[in-house]
Order: sequence, then C-alpha cells, then structure tokens
Amino acid sequence: MRDITFEMLTKARELAAKTGSELTAVLLDKNVKQHAQALAEYAKVVLVVEDQKLENFNSETYGRILTNLITEHKPMLVLMGHTSYGVELAPRLATALNLPLATDCIDMTIESGVFKVTRQMYGGKVNVSSVARKAETYFATVRQATFAPQKPTPPENGQIIKIQSPLAEEIEEKRFIQYVLPPPGGVDITAAEKLVGVGRGIKDVANLPMMEDLAKTMGAVLSCSRPIVDKGWLPTDRQVGTSGKTVKPKLYLALGISGAFQHILGMKSSDLIIAINKDPKAPIFSFADYGVVEDLFKVVPALKNKISEVQTKKV
Amino acid sequence: MDIIICAKHVPETAEAELKIDATGKNIDKTGLVFDINEWDDYALEEAVRMKEKQGGSVTAITVGADDSDSTLRKCMARGADKAVRITDPKFNGSDGFAVAKILHSAIKNLHYDLILTGAQAGDDGSAMVGPILAELLKIHHVTMVKKIELGAGVAKVNRELEGGLEEQIEVKLPAVFSVQTGINEPRYVSIMGIRKAMQKEIKVMTLADTGLTENDVGPAGSWISIENMYVPPVEKQAEFLKGSPEEVAAKLTDLLKAKGLI
Repeated sequence: MRDITFEMLTKARELAAKTGSELTAVLLDKNVKQHAQALAEYAKVVLVVEDQKLENFNSETYGRILTNLITEHKPMLVLMGHTSYGVELAPRLATALNLPLATDCIDMTIESGVFKVTRQMYGGKVNVSSVARKAETYFATVRQATFAPQKPTPPENGQIIKIQSPLAEEIEEKRFIQYVLPPPGGVDITAAEKLVGVGRGIKDVANLPMMEDLAKTMGAVLSCSRPIVDKGWLPTDRQVGTSGKTVKPKLYLALGISGAFQHILGMKSSDLIIAINKDPKAPIFSFADYGVVEDLFKVVPALKNKISEVQTKKV
Repeated sequence: MDIIICAKHVPETAEAELKIDATGKNIDKTGLVFDINEWDDYALEEAVRMKEKQGGSVTAITVGADDSDSTLRKCMARGADKAVRITDPKFNGSDGFAVAKILHSAIKNLHYDLILTGAQAGDDGSAMVGPILAELLKIHHVTMVKKIELGAGVAKVNRELEGGLEEQIEVKLPAVFSVQTGINEPRYVSIMGIRKAMQKEIKVMTLADTGLTENDVGPAGSWISIENMYVPPVEKQAEFLKGSPEEVAAKLTDLLKAKGLI
C-alpha cells in the first residue's frame, strides 16, 4: 500500500477526533489479509471486500462497491488519494452520489458541519481556501506527501469486517487489460551523483546543448521536468517527478524549473538543491538550499567557465 | 467519426510572477497572455489526427467569456470544423462540477462518437470535468490517457499511472477520454488554417439556451467556492545568491568546490 494511504489515515484520525466521528478504512482487493491488519492499526473499523474481480483497479467495479458502502454508511467525509486512480474514480463517484468533491487538497477542516479545504492553483503559485456546499457527506482527494503519516501509539486495533462483494458478473464495458512498463532507457538518472535538471525556462530545444555542456563540465547527468519530455526534447528516462523517476543525488541544479509539486516530489530529498529561475516566487525556491533569481542564459555560460577554470587549476 | 473536444481559455502562468487581485479571490490577470489550456491542446491535436485518419468532424466547445473566441479560432485553425462558445455572466464562480453541467447541456444534443478533454486545466488543476461529463452523459470515461487505439465500437487506451508505469484499459464507445500531456506533438498553426478559421462562425449559447437555471451554475451550482486566494506562506526559503551573473557564478563555483562536488 502506498504512503498516501497512511498519510490520509493520519489526517483522518485528527478530523475524526475533532468531530467526534469514527474512522473507517475501506480495502478492496482480491486478497485482503496482508493489508487489512496495517489499516486496522489506524482505523476503528476496516471494511474489506475480497473478490477476484478487484485484483486490478477498475473505476467501474470499485465505483459500484463504494457507491453501496457510502449509501449505506452515510459517512461525514470520504477521502481518497489524488493519484491516477483517484482522479479516475472520485469525480464520477461524487457525481453519481451527489457529494460535493474537492480535489488535490493540501488541508481540510470540518467545523459545525461546514467543510473547508485548502488547495493550490496555477501550478502551485497560489493557495485557495474554499468552502464546500453544505451536505451530509463530503468527498475529497488528498495530495500525496502532504500530511505526515504517524502510526498511533498504541495502535488502534480496529475491527476488520468482511463484506460480500455486490459484483455478480465481470464488467465487460470497461476492462483492465495489462500493465505497460516504461521502455528500457539508456540513462539511469537515479544512479547519478550530480544532476542538472532543465525545465520550461530553457525555452527552446536549441538551448539544450548549452545545458548539456554545463552538465558535462560539472561531471553531472542531464535530467528534466515533464514539459521537456512532453515536447520530445529529451526521452522519458530523463524525467524527474511523480510520473517519472524519484532521485536523491548529492547535487540537483534546477535550471528554469518552476517547481510544480509533481516535480518537487521527485527530487526534494536531494542532498544539495540549487535553483536558477527568473521568478523570485517560483515554488522551487521553497525547496532549494540556494537560489539565484536571474536569467539562466546569463548564469549558465558564466558558471560553465568558472567551473572549467577551477578544474584546469586542479590539473 | 464525430469528435467533440472541450477546450479552456486560460492565462499562461508558468513563467509569470503572480499577484492577487483586489477581490482577494483571483489572480491579477493584467499583462498575462491567454491561450488554450495546455492539456486541451494535446486533446485537440489527438482529435484532428483521428479525423484525418478516419474522416468525420471535430467540434470544439468552450465555457468561457467572449475573449475565449481566440482559443476556439485556434482550434479551428488547427483542424476543428465547428466551434461553440457557451457564455453567461451567471457562470462566474463555477467550479468543475458546474462547468461540466454546462458542457453537458450543449453536448447532449449533439451527435458524437468520442469526446476528448484535457486531464486537467493549468489554472485550477481540479481534474474533474471529463469524468463528471461522462457520468452526466452516462457513457464511459478514461483519464490520464497517453495512447488511444480505436477499434470497432471499443477503444484500447493506455493510461498513465505513477513512476512511468501505464495500464491498458479496453472501453466501450462512445466515451470521454481525458488526455495527458505528451500524448502527441501538437502541430503548428498554418497561415491557411488561420485564414479559414477567421471565416468560420462560432455558435454562441447563453444560460437561456442551456436549459439550466441560475441555481445549476455559478457558486450556487458548484460543489466548492473560493473564499480566499493567497500566495502560499514561505516556510523555508533558499539562501539567495546575489550579484552579477559572473559574481553569482563565482559564488556557486566556490560553494560546489567547498562541498567537494567539483
């Protein structure tokens, strides 16, 4: 189970305590035994639905079961991770059940039955505080790596309750076929000690050689944020972020990367982070150790020259 | 094959320093350049390619103010045959749920084999409109789409999971596919395309044409409403190195040397 599960459970415990509610975790799988216990350490009740048809995520099958459970139990709040599965399932489920849904939340409160959330807009450059229309049940998807997971001490020792799956037949109209692995890449950026990461700020594929040159001079490997791969300027094996690779190099030099959350998640554990960006409010500066607010096309050549000088002196 | 693409007209903010406006609920948009939402641009390209391969038509629809005409004209310049703009001051303050209802009111009366949207909008990032639209139309949907293979009455679709992994789903058509960036490489607009687009008519609809009421749209018709927008408080901040590019380069080099990195 992913970290987001335990991050959500921790926040949910806090909300449950504040509102005098009970926390229930729901697990859908073909074989629930191993995971149900881990959930029971956080939640008062764990509802498990075990069925062969639940082996792989399918918004249709999962949606039907959750529709039944939510209708029956009428929870005050339903939480789901804002992951690829979450974005596939939550909006549709919310519409079908007429529950106000807030997505990609970084904070939530329920006070006197009023549900308020904090989320981000414009690639993380602004936060918004929003209020949900009044309802019996609220729904929110939660951003990853935002709430710190904390196993309760002592563990909750929740009750695990098995529920019969309402699914009679296979759902033919939408079926999982297979997983598709990323193509084997030439370069393993996770093995590099030093990375020079390029983002939108490099503006044109014609500017890549300048960046590659700097990387080479520093003995670093070139990596990038998602937009660079989307544009076809670099292959997918160079991508850092939630839909690419997570890296922890000794040095991460970010050039023209604004710091959208999906990217930050992929590199925030780097030992030393240096960012160069024209925008003084670029989110990356909240994660970098050192920052330079300047036109990277002025700094990069100067930096390359200085480093070359130092290295020539060494010899 | 008749394809509908839902497009949004948004400000380009990736490289701009944003300020909050006087209402405290929105960004100050003066000086910002507006364009088609990046994800929708990929959806448009995908739709036009399918039309080129299979024949048929592409209709671009947007819920937006008058100035979103430029996004619709861009869609037509790139290969969309028709464009529809749904505009009404009562739509202000609509969240993804309200916007999906508005789109649904127009789309339910059109013939379509496929509906494409972007996986999310670069401004609000809610990632909701596609799936909600599918639920309202009672058709299937797939989000985070990276590849579409059309078959007879079905489509095999790759959707993006985390870490570079994808899953392949087979789904019955008609359906709504919300596409991820990088699904294709959007082409440049041709001068010929722009000329043709200028001559085409954009059909405009208002609240009255949708059959919805005031309570279905705007804040009243939304799931969530913005109370306050603010630049996030900076908890941790980088140590900023100041000076001319050469001075900064020297400081960085000393720093890297001191840490044994060069």
